[in-house]
Amino acid sequence: MSSPVLRLEGIRKSFGPVHALQGVDLNVRAGEVHALVGENGAGKSTLMKILSGAYQPDAGSMTLYGESYAPANPLDGRAAGISMIYQELVLAPHLTVEENVTLGAEHARYGWVRPRTREVERVLTDLGQQGIAPNARVSDLSIGKKQLVEIARALLFDARIVVMDEPTSSLTADDTKALFEAIGRMKEQGLAVIYISHFLEEVQEVCDCYTVLRDGKMISTGRVADTSIPRIIEDMVGRSVDELFPSSNHEIGDPLLDVSDLQGRKGLPGGVRFTLHRGEIMGISGLVGSGRSETVRTLFGLEPATGGTLSIRGHDALRAAWMTPRAALNRGLDLLSEDRKEEGLALNLSLVFNLTLSDLRRYSRAGFLQLARERSDGAHWIDVLRIRTGSVEQRADELSGGNQQKVCLARLLQQDNDILFLDEPTRGIDIGSKAEIYKLVHRLAGQGKAIVMISSYLPEILGVCDTLGVMHKGRLSTVRPIREWTEHRIMQFATSGYDA
Amino acid sequence: MTKKRDFKAMLSEIGPFIGLIFVFVLFAVLTPSAFTSFYNIKTILTQSVIIGIAAYGTTFIIVSEGIDLSVGSQIALTTVIVAAVLNLPASDPGLFYPLLALAAGVLACTGVGAFNGFIITKFRIVPFIVTLGSMQIVRGVAKWIGKEQTVPTPDNWLTNLMLIDPSPSWLIFGPGVWLTLVLLIVSAVLLKYTVLGRYTFAIGSNEQTARLCGIKVDRMKIVIYALGGLLTGVAGVMQYSYLTVGDPTTAVGLELDIIAAVVIGGGSLSGGEGSVVGSIVGALIMAVLRNGSNMLGLPNYVQEIIIGSIIVGAVLIDQQKHRLRATG
Repeated sequence: MSSPVLRLEGIRKSFGPVHALQGVDLNVRAGEVHALVGENGAGKSTLMKILSGAYQPDAGSMTLYGESYAPANPLDGRAAGISMIYQELVLAPHLTVEENVTLGAEHARYGWVRPRTREVERVLTDLGQQGIAPNARVSDLSIGKKQLVEIARALLFDARIVVMDEPTSSLTADDTKALFEAIGRMKEQGLAVIYISHFLEEVQEVCDCYTVLRDGKMISTGRVADTSIPRIIEDMVGRSVDELFPSSNHEIGDPLLDVSDLQGRKGLPGGVRFTLHRGEIMGISGLVGSGRSETVRTLFGLEPATGGTLSIRGHDALRAAWMTPRAALNRGLDLLSEDRKEEGLALNLSLVFNLTLSDLRRYSRAGFLQLARERSDGAHWIDVLRIRTGSVEQRADELSGGNQQKVCLARLLQQDNDILFLDEPTRGIDIGSKAEIYKLVHRLAGQGKAIVMISSYLPEILGVCDTLGVMHKGRLSTVRPIREWTEHRIMQFATSGYDA
Repeated sequence: MTKKRDFKAMLSEIGPFIGLIFVFVLFAVLTPSAFTSFYNIKTILTQSVIIGIAAYGTTFIIVSEGIDLSVGSQIALTTVIVAAVLNLPASDPGLFYPLLALAAGVLACTGVGAFNGFIITKFRIVPFIVTLGSMQIVRGVAKWIGKEQTVPTPDNWLTNLMLIDPSPSWLIFGPGVWLTLVLLIVSAVLLKYTVLGRYTFAIGSNEQTARLCGIKVDRMKIVIYALGGLLTGVAGVMQYSYLTVGDPTTAVGLELDIIAAVVIGGGSLSGGEGSVVGSIVGALIMAVLRNGSNMLGLPNYVQEIIIGSIIVGAVLIDQQKHRLRATG
């Protein structure tokens, strides 16, 4: 085994009383994909910010290619060959691929930009992405392609170590494959990749080595081949995986929601029908773009229905086209958005404002808000869901991802409706919070609520749901008990629409 | 941790107050007796009435992540409509016609606001463009009604509203100043303690979240712009009272002073932030600066440079506070 190109030793960093990193070591070799895993708040981001030069460590040393490395700012880091690919992409959407890749490094003569099309094509080819045209507008590309453009940019800047933070969290299966191919090519060229991800299956697929962080300490490190996913999870959460999925102890009762022939724009959904019962947790699986979110969003009145009806608690069938979010809320429906930053939360408002926003009628009399009652109820939900926060007045954007998601869920609990649509309830949050959310979903089902849960993460669907339907191009398969489904069968319907 | 946060939150609330005290003390030191005389303080307060009342309405609009550029034109329209109504009776307008004029002016601006809101929501055009258009349209209508000239009016009680020394002297301040105070309380309560105010913040912070939570966003926006128009109408009546004539060319560009007051007071053009109290403090800061500069005999251009710098400076300080909050 070659010696490491990047060596971090005893890195410490504190923010006031919070010890974010307490002596972390990390060794990365050339041509290696190194997974950095840990729950949110374990210190991964802080460590990477120190590596990139955004933060300076309180103690510890860094060596890059045998030389001492102490960047004073992110520019130093970039000059030393460290490149960060963030979750939130930083491309200029109106410019072309080439303009983005060469941004800040244009070759100019007398102020006129000289094209570097050939070089851009070369780095794209190096990534196996001949399909991306240098003159395409970035806004026309999928998220996955944009990410590859950003990686191409890193390569053009002679990056030697590329850090990817949750690169696949919003990618389709195809884009993920393309990304993994690109990572493979970068390895061949001797680059080192540090790969941060919550998806351990991906870590197993694409990474050579791993390091687990927990509470600012390095818990374990080694070769991925020598360990297993349950072992990594145990290291991450400090307890065994068996506790992750709760055992089912709720009964399925009368029908609560009956949907027939639901049609939406562009055939998403295209003729969906299902019946949801009291105490049932129904999963909806399928590829991104198959119409999973559109189905529940159309039922909730967030997207226009072009046909179909829904009947709630056996009442007369309503035309889906008449639904609005207010009408849906009043009739006992509620929805957890898959995108908590763009839709789920009003980020610059306080936690308590977010909690009660859908139900202000309960907290007002003649239009005047009852602030004291609102606050005390807010504090109650913070307690119940163990949301880690300073106070109910704290702004939502100051919370971690897991805690933000709990605030979104708390809003649903506060509203206390019976039919809940949970769209990707555990996306981008740490395993500890995931386990808490699974437990909560089961508790809600135990109270006789009916739940539709959409997830791209199959183990979670199989571990949590009672029944499952799979979507393919706007169509929903027959909803069957979960034990009749296997991962293979799910993927078969999701990719082909063929149910064996 | 919590204490520190509370302290920072408090700092961001009282920041504009500190600014106001600072400029006041500054001019009190530079031109002691003239500036701090009671009469001059009454003058400053009276000079803040029009921008202040209109800023209450603009606060709602800015908190909801909107903008209204037609405010200056609306004020001009109000003065002309008030004048036109006052000229309806052949003899003395008495008590009734001024009231009718007031109602007509306020109603017209409420209508303009509702119209702006309707176009913005119905056709999904950004508020900047819609109100840029209505700024011209309303100005045009005002000139049309006023036949492109000032409209003189008979003596009536509306013109007493903006007096610096009120006619029953026990009032101490002019009726306009008292009205500004009453509307301050009403608007502040409306924005902070009612469902309407909460929805305004929610829409400005994240419109999609508001929709998800069942808020009828389009309807709310129309209400918000109409409310802005209503308060602008009241400001317009005050402008009439100050001018004592209807003038279709008055208050050109005044909307920018009003927006500046809201921004100096902590309003954010990206929505979800702002307060009515902050906005009136912003209006007072600008009034003190203008008045004090006049006392010092500073030329007009110096005032403009100072006020411009304060607008940018206030936003800069606000951003620094956010950065502190994000890392602390």
